[in-house]
Parts: sequence; structure tokens; C-alpha cells
Amino acid sequence: MSDARQTILGQIRAALGRGPLPADAAAALDARVPRHTRLGFDDDPIQRFIEKFESRAGTVARIASLAELPDAVAAYRHRHGLPPRAAVARPLAGLAWPADFIHHPGPAGKEEILSVTPCLAGIAEIGSVMLAAGPDSPTTLNFVPDHHLAVLHTGQIVRHFEDAWALLRARPEGIPRTVNIVSGPSRTGDVELTMQLGAHGPRSVQVILVGA
Amino acid sequence: MKVGSPRFKEKTLVALADPNLRQALGQSRKGFVNGRAALVAGVPEFEAMRDQARDVKNHVLANLDHYLERFEASVTAAGGHVHWAADAEDARRIVLDICQRVDAKVVTKGKSMVSEEIGLNEALEEQGYTVVETDLGEYIIQLAHEPPSHIIAPAIHKTKAQVAELFEAAHGGPRKTTVGELVTEARLVLREKYFQADVGITGGNYLVAETGSSIIVTNEGNGDLTQTLARVHIVTSGIERIVPTLDDVALFLRILARSATGQETETYTTLSTGPRRPGDVDGPEEYHVVLVDNGRSKMLGGKFQDMLRCIRCGACMNHCPVYGAVGGHAYGWVYPGPMGAVLTPLFVGLDATRDLPNACTLNGRCQSVCPVRIPLPELLRELRHRQHEQGLRPPGQTRAIGAWRFVAERPRLYQFANRMAARVLKKMGGSAGRIANLPGGAAWSGLRDLPAPQGQTFLELWQARRK
Repeated sequence: MSDARQTILGQIRAALGRGPLPADAAAALDARVPRHTRLGFDDDPIQRFIEKFESRAGTVARIASLAELPDAVAAYRHRHGLPPRAAVARPLAGLAWPADFIHHPGPAGKEEILSVTPCLAGIAEIGSVMLAAGPDSPTTLNFVPDHHLAVLHTGQIVRHFEDAWALLRARPEGIPRTVNIVSGPSRTGDVELTMQLGAHGPRSVQVILVGA
Repeated sequence: MKVGSPRFKEKTLVALADPNLRQALGQSRKGFVNGRAALVAGVPEFEAMRDQARDVKNHVLANLDHYLERFEASVTAAGGHVHWAADAEDARRIVLDICQRVDAKVVTKGKSMVSEEIGLNEALEEQGYTVVETDLGEYIIQLAHEPPSHIIAPAIHKTKAQVAELFEAAHGGPRKTTVGELVTEARLVLREKYFQADVGITGGNYLVAETGSSIIVTNEGNGDLTQTLARVHIVTSGIERIVPTLDDVALFLRILARSATGQETETYTTLSTGPRRPGDVDGPEEYHVVLVDNGRSKMLGGKFQDMLRCIRCGACMNHCPVYGAVGGHAYGWVYPGPMGAVLTPLFVGLDATRDLPNACTLNGRCQSVCPVRIPLPELLRELRHRQHEQGLRPPGQTRAIGAWRFVAERPRLYQFANRMAARVLKKMGGSAGRIANLPGGAAWSGLRDLPAPQGQTFLELWQARRK
């Protein structure tokens, strides 16, 4: 396999008419910081986030503080007729959940119907939430259950992708194994280009937005 | 995958006579073309973004060796493995070796055009693995034993009724009648497969040198379930899909969905960096990236280097009148439409693909929507030029062009011939002014009438007006 590596790199360099880059040129490339045009918008980032997320069949519920989360989850369950059980990510497990509510921190198995997870950020430019995988946020919670409730604080909403990347880079443990940017319920247009929700991932995604 | 491109003409005739295909392609035109136009009109920065995307890709290509090595180092640092595949055979062997080592039985797949390019499914099935495509479109064509006919909507040529028939045969009845029922059925069948899978294979829209991440962009979430639930995640991707930093990824995310499906964003954008970490309760135990060259490095530094900027969005085929008439299967290999008409001859050879560069009217719509500004018509013209140099043009055509040139270089003869032709054709057109059977042009007039000229040449009319 190292043969193929040498062959490919050799062919690339031959095509470019040079040998390996000198150290200073390589260092200059590594120091490159792109400044690309961003999507311009004047709207309030929180308002924009909500509008964009809801434009793709996602829903947003607002609560004043995290203490209200158990009630918000119960309301969602009643509206959709869901049983009192869920995969609830670890950071949210300590809230005052009702006594009959059975929850576990994941992973989510085939029979999982509902999940409640934290987010790392909301991205206003397109209205998406960003979730970082780890013991406190297993990836299966974002994809396996039919219903996904993503808990986002208003202070976590940033304007652009670049601002969200900065949060990833700032983590002491570095880039997470998996980063999911979720923009609504799973969908497909693969049969006659008719948009249909609930292809493989959640049929319904609600952002529970905490704070004013 | 077998190359069907030599039978292009025959395939186009079949396609043109298929009413289901006509209907499907008509819908796609409306959906994708109008969707893109409406969205792009609302983004004043879009043209600047296209310029920057072109420039970033050119920058990567000029430093491809460096960024590939950086990517490899970043993946390794995150606990993943990078494999280099000089050609399709290398790539298949690498994937088969991994599957064998981990004692795999079921292999799930997210959509990967590179895996189609290297014929991965056939190779895996030959070795006895159960291979399940999980993208709904790919799943449909896997059941139908057909190649994709569009790079982002692989089953675009199938009607709802045809899908229902395939599902009934594969899963048992009763036959479903709505799109919703069909999607739910596929959801339930494929859900089992994700949890059974030993190896999950996905493509990579972007490979990020900065972080060692591979990125997939999907609407269904199938790629995510594929890579999260299998024990081993393998990414198959072309060497040109490298992007230096996450900030560069942001630029491409802003143009990809808008160009491809006319959406502001696809539903899921997922970055994968290495395998499961200590404390993780899910995620793959192993993470591999197979970097596939398969002819790409040979395109560098030459006239076709621009093609390596392609981000596989499908905008060129969505806007191509030829693709819109004949669909993807006529092109005979993995990549259809304008980008396929350039790539296929370069990957499988000029000889087997003689018709592809000529199945183009040089109208330029593809170039006008390409998010990375690939000069597709120019590249197709260059391929025609190479066909000529290698004696691959039809001899009749070469003789005809020679005869035209002989006449065109002699103005008096040219004008005389023109006058004769204009008068004869007018007479043939009769009172309807249309010619239903063009002598010597049956292939052309078999499908439509030729509007007859009105009897005088342009030059005659112009001279008459000047008087």
C-alpha cells in the first residue's frame, strides 16, 4: 500500500512539475487562514434560527429555563401519544423528571422512540443545530429514535458555520469523533422527487430553546 | 462496472421512447432547476462564492500532495487509518482485506459514487458478503440491478409504480400505492440492516486536511446510521476531494445544496474524525479512509485539470438539454450528463466513449450553473479535438467536414450552393413549410420535422434590405 502512496504522490508531483514542497512553502500553507464571503443577513440570529429551522418541517418550543424541560418533554409526549420513556443524554438526566418517566443515557436501540439531547451550538445562517458526539451525547440518539428533542440555549446560537467551527476548535478534547449538523427531520425525494419525511432518521425533530 | 458507452446511440433511442422516463425527467427539471434558480436569486453573494470555490479547488490541486499528506497525518492522529489506492483494483482489494480481517458478513453502504466507479458492490458480492445500499434511491436501483441514472438522485428514472413493484417482489405484498408507504417500508427493512452491519461504507463529500475529518451530506440520515452502527466505518473517496480547513468547508456547504437540489441545506451534514473514543457508547471501532486515484493524478497539470474541481452536485446534468432528453443510463457508465461526458472518456478511454463528447450542443448551460465554474463545453470540445487527432471521428463526418470546408473557402461556390439549397428545401417543405423526411437525414427527421427555409439566403435578404 505504501507503493500506491509513493505512486500517487509521485504522479501528482510530476504533473505539477515539482518535487515535495520545501518546508517554508509547506508551513505557509499550514498557516493559511481563509476569509471567504459569508452569507449576509441583518435579522436577529435567534429569530433567523427559528424561522429557518421551522422552514424545513422542524419545530421549535421555547422555555425560560432548563427546569422547565421535563414539562416541555411531557407536553411533546402527550401531543404525539408517546409512552413515558426516552433516551436522555447524561447532562440532562439530573433534572426533575416525573416518577413514571423511564430514561437511560444511551445508546439508542432499534426500539427507541424518543431522545432528548443537548447541543453544542445553533447556526443561525441556515437554522441548524450542531451536536458533538461523546459519552454525554451518543450519536445514535440523533438518528435512531422516531422523535428527537434537541435542547439548545439561546446563548449557543452563533451566526455562521465559521463561528461554530471556532467552538469545536476551542474544546480541550479537540474535534469530536462525530459532529452532526441537523437541519430538521430526515427526508427523501428519491421517489418521483416527492419530498417525504422520516426516511431513515427521526420523523420529527423539535428544538427546545432555553432562555429569552 | 461494464462500460455501456459504445451503445450510446442505441440507448438514447430506447430512452426517447420510454414514457416513464420522459415523465420522470420532466419532473426533475421543474424541481431542481426552478429550486436552484429561486434560491440563488436570494443570495447576492452567490457569484462571489462560486469564484472563491473555484479558487480554493485550484489552490488544493496546486498543492494536492501536501494536503493529502496533512490529511493522512490528521486521520492517523485521531486513531484512524488512511489507505492509498492507485486504481480501482487497489481500492477493491483494500476494502475486501478489511472486510475479511474483521470477519464481516453484512456490509451497509451510504451513497458513494467512487464505490460505483471502482465496482465495489460486485467485488463484495463475489466474495459472499451481503451488500445493502441504504440511500433510498440506491436501494431501489440495487433491487432493480441497475446503475444510478443521476449522481444525487440515482433512481430518478423510476416511477412510483415501478418502485412499488420492485418492493413487492423483494419484501412481499401487498403492493404499496403512496410514496409515504414506500418510504416507510424501506425505512423498516433497512433499519434491521443498520443494526446487523459489520462494515459501513460511505463516500466523502469533503476530506478536511486540518482535522482529518471526512464529511457526508445527506437528506435521509442513512449515511449516518451506516457509519454509526457498523463495527467498522470505511470511507471511499477520490483524492481530489481534499479541502484544507473547516472554514473552506463552510464555503462549499453554502454552494452545494443550493446548486444540487435547490435546498438551503441538506438535512444532515456530518463530520467523522477517527473511531469511537474511550467512554463512547456508540460509534465504529475502526475508521478507515481509502483515497482513490484511479486516473485523477493523470488529469492534473493538463487540459482537463479543471474537471478535478467537480464537487458532484449534479447541477450540470439538471440543466443539460441532452441529459434532460435521454436520462443518465444512455451515458453507459457511472457518471452521466456533462460532467460524465468529460469524466467517462478520461477514466475508461476515448475509444469506448466516442459518442459522449459529441452528445452536446455546446449551449453552455452546464457551465453557467457549475458552482466551481468548470468550463465543461470547452473540455468537451477538447475531447472532440483529441478524437480527431487519434482518428476516432467517424470517417463520413471527417469527409463531410472536408467537403464543407472546400466549399466554404470558395465564396462564390458557397453562395451558389446556399441559394440552391434554400430553394430546393423550400419546395420540399410545401405549403406546411416543414420537411417530414429529410433525404440522407432520416435519423434526424425520424423524430421531428425540419422547418423549411423560406427560399432566400440570409445574404440575399440582407442585400435586398441594403438597397
